[in-house]
Amino acid sequence: MTTPISPDMSTPLLPAKPRSGIWRQLLKRRLAILGLALIAIAVAGAILAPLLTPYDPNEQMFDGLTLEGAPLPPSEKFWLGTDLLGRDLATRILYGARTSLIIGIVANGAALLIGALVGITAGYFRGWIGNALMRFTDLMMAFPALLLAICLAAILQPSLWIVALVIALVNWVQTARVIYTETSSLAEREFIDAERTIGASTPRILFRHILPHLLPTLIVWGTLGISTTVLLEATLSYLGIGVQPPTASWGNIIFENQTYFQVAPWLVFFPGAAILALALAFNLVGDALRDILDPTQRGRA
Amino acid sequence: MIAYIGRRLIQSALILLGVSIITFALLYLLPADPVRQIAGRSATPQTVENIRQQLGLDQPFFVQYWRYLTNLLTGDLGRSYIQRSEVSELIVSRLPASLLLMLGAIFCELAIGLTMGLVAATKRGSATDQTLMLTSFVGVSAPQFVVGLLLLYVFAVRLGWFPIGGYGTWKHLVLPSLTLGVLGAGWYARMMRSSMIDVLRQDYIRTARAKGLRRGTILVRHALPNAILPVVAMIGIDIGIFMGGIVVVESVFGWPGIGQLAWQAIQRVDIPIIMGVTLVSACAIVLGNLLADIVAPFIDPRIKLR
Amino acid sequence: MKQFLTTTVAASALALMLGLMPATAQEQRDPNAKPGGDIVITYKDDVSTLDPAIGYDWQNWSMIKSLFDGLMDYEPGTTTLRPELAESYEISSDGTVFTFKLRPGVKFHNGRDLTAEDVKYTLDRVTNPKTQSPGAGFFASIKGFDEVAGGSAETLSGVTVVDPSTIKIELSRPDATFLHVMALNFSHVVPKEEVEKYGPDFGKNPVGTGAYKLAEWTLGQRLVFEKNADYWNKGLPYLDKITFEVGQEPIVALLRLQKGEVDVPGDGIPPAKFQEVMSDPAQKERVVEGGQLHTGYITMNTTMAPFDNVKVRQAVNMAINKDRIVQLINNRAVPANQPLPPSMPGYSKDYKGYAYDAEKAKALLAEAGHADGFETELYVMNTDPNPRIAQAIQQDLAAIGIKANIQSLAQANVIAAGGDKAGAPMIWSGGMGWIADFPDPSNFYGPILGCGGAVPGGWNWSWYCNEDLDKMASEADSITDPAKAEERYKMWGTIYEKIMEDAPWVPVFNEQRFTMRSPRMAGADNLYVDPVHIPINYDYVYVNDVQ
Repeated sequence: MTTPISPDMSTPLLPAKPRSGIWRQLLKRRLAILGLALIAIAVAGAILAPLLTPYDPNEQMFDGLTLEGAPLPPSEKFWLGTDLLGRDLATRILYGARTSLIIGIVANGAALLIGALVGITAGYFRGWIGNALMRFTDLMMAFPALLLAICLAAILQPSLWIVALVIALVNWVQTARVIYTETSSLAEREFIDAERTIGASTPRILFRHILPHLLPTLIVWGTLGISTTVLLEATLSYLGIGVQPPTASWGNIIFENQTYFQVAPWLVFFPGAAILALALAFNLVGDALRDILDPTQRGRA
Repeated sequence: MIAYIGRRLIQSALILLGVSIITFALLYLLPADPVRQIAGRSATPQTVENIRQQLGLDQPFFVQYWRYLTNLLTGDLGRSYIQRSEVSELIVSRLPASLLLMLGAIFCELAIGLTMGLVAATKRGSATDQTLMLTSFVGVSAPQFVVGLLLLYVFAVRLGWFPIGGYGTWKHLVLPSLTLGVLGAGWYARMMRSSMIDVLRQDYIRTARAKGLRRGTILVRHALPNAILPVVAMIGIDIGIFMGGIVVVESVFGWPGIGQLAWQAIQRVDIPIIMGVTLVSACAIVLGNLLADIVAPFIDPRIKLR
Repeated sequence: MKQFLTTTVAASALALMLGLMPATAQEQRDPNAKPGGDIVITYKDDVSTLDPAIGYDWQNWSMIKSLFDGLMDYEPGTTTLRPELAESYEISSDGTVFTFKLRPGVKFHNGRDLTAEDVKYTLDRVTNPKTQSPGAGFFASIKGFDEVAGGSAETLSGVTVVDPSTIKIELSRPDATFLHVMALNFSHVVPKEEVEKYGPDFGKNPVGTGAYKLAEWTLGQRLVFEKNADYWNKGLPYLDKITFEVGQEPIVALLRLQKGEVDVPGDGIPPAKFQEVMSDPAQKERVVEGGQLHTGYITMNTTMAPFDNVKVRQAVNMAINKDRIVQLINNRAVPANQPLPPSMPGYSKDYKGYAYDAEKAKALLAEAGHADGFETELYVMNTDPNPRIAQAIQQDLAAIGIKANIQSLAQANVIAAGGDKAGAPMIWSGGMGWIADFPDPSNFYGPILGCGGAVPGGWNWSWYCNEDLDKMASEADSITDPAKAEERYKMWGTIYEKIMEDAPWVPVFNEQRFTMRSPRMAGADNLYVDPVHIPINYDYVYVNDVQ
């Protein structure tokens, strides 16, 4: 294994900066503001969907299709047109934000939790457990993530929660690696040794000393991870193995309508833009957070 | 060094063994019966059972796995349930297309990513820099199927510059490569920018500047080679990202590579093919990572092999 | 995706006759047909195999028919049976012994003459479990089938070589459909020495007696067929060469056809382009429409509450708005009211089925004790348009208070759920649906509605088993006298009407096929929507731009 020598070994460890400071610093960055604004729009759209649109996302309207069964283009009545079942596309995109956000938060939360548990256990306790966990992590790194997700989705017949679980089972690996590296370097530090010698209990050390130092990393990875999660959910749904119909998801809107994309490209590009915007938003905010909190890892995932 | 590579190779073999066990187990648990797919709808229960026996699918899990593994060690990946041909032959016949696509993607991501990073670094802090970095984020955040469909719509359907899909000439290669490369281009742009900024801070660049060399000469002759190396060294790691991406990109463009092979096999529970493709991908990923790790210390002396 | 094979448009009567059938006189040929030229045909999915014992896909069905021949075949573009490799045949009066006289001078592509031994070898091979043929079950009426299928014998005791040009097949029971079975790809004759030479790779190196030879196969990209100069049916095929390009999306194929690079898009006209093509007179002129022996249906598991109540099943039948579903697929189908498609013999023209009436459905549901409806699951294959159709069904069911949750899964998972008695309450059959293997009403019964299919792993996803109807079915199939063919069809018609009283299915629609040809392609329209040589009869089409 190669590990870049962590530059923070030489710098004194500071506890996480106060929250208000983070916010203030975020709002100083233009790209971060853009990200936050996009997230706010998505959240507002998801929560206020019933107020923003007169239609039900699953209602297949008789006047939503031509007599030959073709979808309608954007009009005054249907702002973004209708889909191939005569449903209002704008409404489905609004409700689709719920799916993306729920999966983004639940699946990523679960992935973060698994990753943190594995990383901390392996990094702090070392020994055979730590070794076994990290070898397992290496093994998971060698899996083509999408193939693994597809196989899992096929085994566990998909629903919203199963999709979240599948994504979590695939996405925890990166977090585990980062947390492992951080924890193991922390565990070697003198102040942890000192705590041990004065007889501090393991939970106390973990919760009072290790975890607070990992917090910046977890915040950054938590934010960036939502972006990956949103993309993975969209991809699974695009392949027809994600969230089950009629639940609207940006990915399955594209899946259902792509046969018409040459004649009705808006059916693909509006939901596509929504996926892009949300993933971009979390990437922008996550990147800004990384700069502000400066956890050690840089560059790519 | 040799000992290190040897150790890593053994580790890699163990990882692949683990991958094969897990995949085999997942496929074993699949709630679909490949025998029914083979036997067709006119089959009697008797025929179904006979075929199950023929394929050895009536055996316990470990017996089946052991047989697969021993065959694997002799280079036998088995035969496809549906197509009845050797899995290795199917993979070999489709691998060139996938490799070509990956090469195209590497070219695209380097060409786009490095250029963007270079420009951004030299204009650090400017509006250009900000725009380029935003663009790189867009690249990283764009779902590949949307990029693919967008490129198809604009450049193939509307403008007619490229074919709408298929395989054969260099024109067919452009759009799929671009689609697969956009994600990496975003990453490379950001890495190149920070690498370049690092290099521009170095003493020898200052010296060169002090000697009065032209700005362009300094950038191209002195800064660029040093900045590019650490970035290019990451290519090995791309393999993992590509292996997932080709499933989507190949299906959008009808590219006859192993991604499509895998996707079709998954839908028809053609277990030997799924196993084969997963193992080949895992192999590629492991080797790619190994390569990246071996190259790393040559480029950045701060990195040590452990 | 696997497409089961299809048959027929115009349902012609079964040409089953007692006594000696004379060799067909010189067949009618298209007087304008010119030999020569080559064409390009596209498919989306790869060709899996060209082994006649194994191939069962949309793409390879007609290809295999052009590389190999069977004892029987159909008149081009129709469903009229005629002898092919057989010159004549004889059926015993009790309908259990078939004697085929082989046509002289038939050669395999490797130059060897065809003999009766080859026919016997072919039948032994296809029924042997080692071959793993998806068509083995079709041969169950041959004497000795159970022993071969069970692995206790290597050859079918009912098949005997009388002399090098005569083969006798004995059945264990009269089977009115046996000549159709002899026309199936699965019984197309293969040469033993080549099968043994290539082993499992025979499907990649096919050697038959057919009109074309395989010249090139680049996996995942292209296959090239070359004219077989020694073909026994002199003057055929017309074309010198056919190139099949695979991996081409239907939409790409159509655009290339418009540019003149493709002659026939094998997968037909893509839905999104259908409107555009049909509204352009120049293009519309080159569209060929044909029927298809297909029914798309919803199964209800009759062993599972609440579908064990016939009133609930009837209510569901009334709740589905079939016209709207047909509209969703661009009117490329006609609404169905019974299991058989309209062009199948035995179809009951006077039967009206259950009319769409949500109010009546609701009342019936209340009568069954489900006034407040219930919750259930609807399984569907996860390729377009099936999830969309399932959502339309879901909305119709919701209107009468049934909450159906959709399970959109890979084909194999849906099939597995259907073959499990406690698996799937409802299944939409699209993508896995029943397309007849041969144009006979019995083909829609056995495995999908008879007791024999209602077993774990079977295809009777309604788990519907009516012993009386089973008896009636076997009675009908033992009527081998051609004079009584009409009577037999009537019996089948009655069987399907009785099934609809029990309503294990909701028959939803019968698909129509729409394909297109380039301006230079010629030959009768029905060759392009051939009911048997699906999708196209490669042996008889020609181009009109050769000298």
